Amino acid sequence: MTFVPKSRIRPVALATPAVSGQASAHEIYRHTLPVRLFHWINVVCFVLLLASGLAIFNLYPRLNWGAAGFTVSVAINPSLRSDLDTPAIFEIGGLPDIKRHQSWMRIGSHQIDTSGLLGVAADEPPFGVQNIAFPPWMTLNLGFLGARGLHLLINLFFLCNFAFYALYGVASGRFRRTLLPNRDQLRPKAIARDLWMHLRLKHSVGLDAARYNLLQKISYLAVLVVLMPASILSGLTMSPSALAAFPWLLELFDGRQSARTIHFICAMLLLLFAFVHIFQVVVAGFANEMRSMITGRFRIQKE
Amino acid sequence: MIRGVSRRTILLGASGLLTSGIIVANWPRIANPDGGSPLLRFGDGLGRRALRLALGNRPLVPEYRLDQVTAFPVDGGFGSPWADDDRSFETMIANRFRDWQLTVEGLVAKPTRFTLDEIRAMPSRTQVTMHCCDMGWSAIGQWTGVPLRWLLEFVGIQPKARYIVFHCLDRFRGQLHYGSIDVLDALHPQTILAHSMNGQPLPRGHGAPLRLRVELQLGYKNSKHIDRISVVESLAGIGLGQGGSFEDAGSLWYGGW
Repeated sequence: MTFVPKSRIRPVALATPAVSGQASAHEIYRHTLPVRLFHWINVVCFVLLLASGLAIFNLYPRLNWGAAGFTVSVAINPSLRSDLDTPAIFEIGGLPDIKRHQSWMRIGSHQIDTSGLLGVAADEPPFGVQNIAFPPWMTLNLGFLGARGLHLLINLFFLCNFAFYALYGVASGRFRRTLLPNRDQLRPKAIARDLWMHLRLKHSVGLDAARYNLLQKISYLAVLVVLMPASILSGLTMSPSALAAFPWLLELFDGRQSARTIHFICAMLLLLFAFVHIFQVVVAGFANEMRSMITGRFRIQKE
Repeated sequence: MIRGVSRRTILLGASGLLTSGIIVANWPRIANPDGGSPLLRFGDGLGRRALRLALGNRPLVPEYRLDQVTAFPVDGGFGSPWADDDRSFETMIANRFRDWQLTVEGLVAKPTRFTLDEIRAMPSRTQVTMHCCDMGWSAIGQWTGVPLRWLLEFVGIQPKARYIVFHCLDRFRGQLHYGSIDVLDALHPQTILAHSMNGQPLPRGHGAPLRLRVELQLGYKNSKHIDRISVVESLAGIGLGQGGSFEDAGSLWYGGW
């Protein structure tokens, strides 16, 4: 029952073997405790924020640009149209007919049939037939009011988690050491090799596996520096109180509806990241990757 | 102990599981928070404190130009799909609210009743603001009315007062609608009792004869068809005690995000 003293284990970028395992592999201490904590708290927050966010989207299943965005009969049925409505750049809708139900997703002027997947029909008196943009299995069966309450509870944890991680990453120099591409990774030959390895779903071995590869670094930086801050700021822009406190948010996003649109796009990109991330974990060795994010220890195969 | 797993990791993992357990155990109450959910109320309180910290010096929300006014959905109150028609309200509309009076009562020095003409003659503020619905839509309108702060000072609001409760003429789930804000929001310069929208008397669908415009808040906090204002120390004992009809049905009371 002893702790491994921190001094005996070195962070990943130094890539020094800390504990020798079998003859063909050795273990390094890859993820420090703050990183692992951030990761798992973020997983829970993201799942809950995504599910509740989709449930909130369902009440007004279209995206606009600018300050104002509405359908005049939004309270009666979000699918009903009028000439007074603001133009939508994205929309999930369907026919108000429960027997021969058809639903679609519209991006600009392109229409894609999504019958049975998105915009599923629900008969909800006294509102008539409603098209549920994201069905209950995507929203964890959350009703609108619960979804909103949960979204606004979890966003506080999400925000604090992100803030602590960002402070830690910058103050410890970890972001600089582990996330900024190394000079040798930016050589044209190295870039080409990295792309080629990704295409063949091959992962690094030996000392090179101890650091993140170039595409990995770029995607992590995109999430941390672009998508997460943009989600937080665009989310805040939807709050009238926050707009009073930080009026520059309206200038930044060009209005509340634009902010809502960007918030949605960020969520979809983060979801895309999550899918690719999980896929890569499976490809690179599920057990090893999971262990490294739970205990910090990552096993490196010899070259 | 599992090899390579420190006690610290196990403790942190256990507290993580416990937190997840609390959320999972509360899931039915979260998915459908009718009557209020303690966990969501907790989050609402945290959010209120965070926003109030950011709003320290009570800044104004952005205002728009008159030419930016848009069409405006009818959502909530008379004209909404879920509001029952009410013959006495139709009578009031027909005689232009000549028999209607606003009652201001509770923790005030002089409980008073005001006619619509008296309210129209009070000092007024006109503002073009964005209505931010919690469902996601927004529209811009011009509102004219008496600052709530002026009215509360006129009737002599008492130091004990903490909440302003608005009792309305429309019904929600069969009960007369009500809503509430706290004194801090009530004293904000852009919090007005609007009697006009876009230069005309309030239309039926937008809260005639008098509605609240509390611009720091989301749409559903802007009570319509106000009939009686009650200044209170506590929200307990009014409706289900959550501070409003929507809140009794599971909406957040502060919810100013």
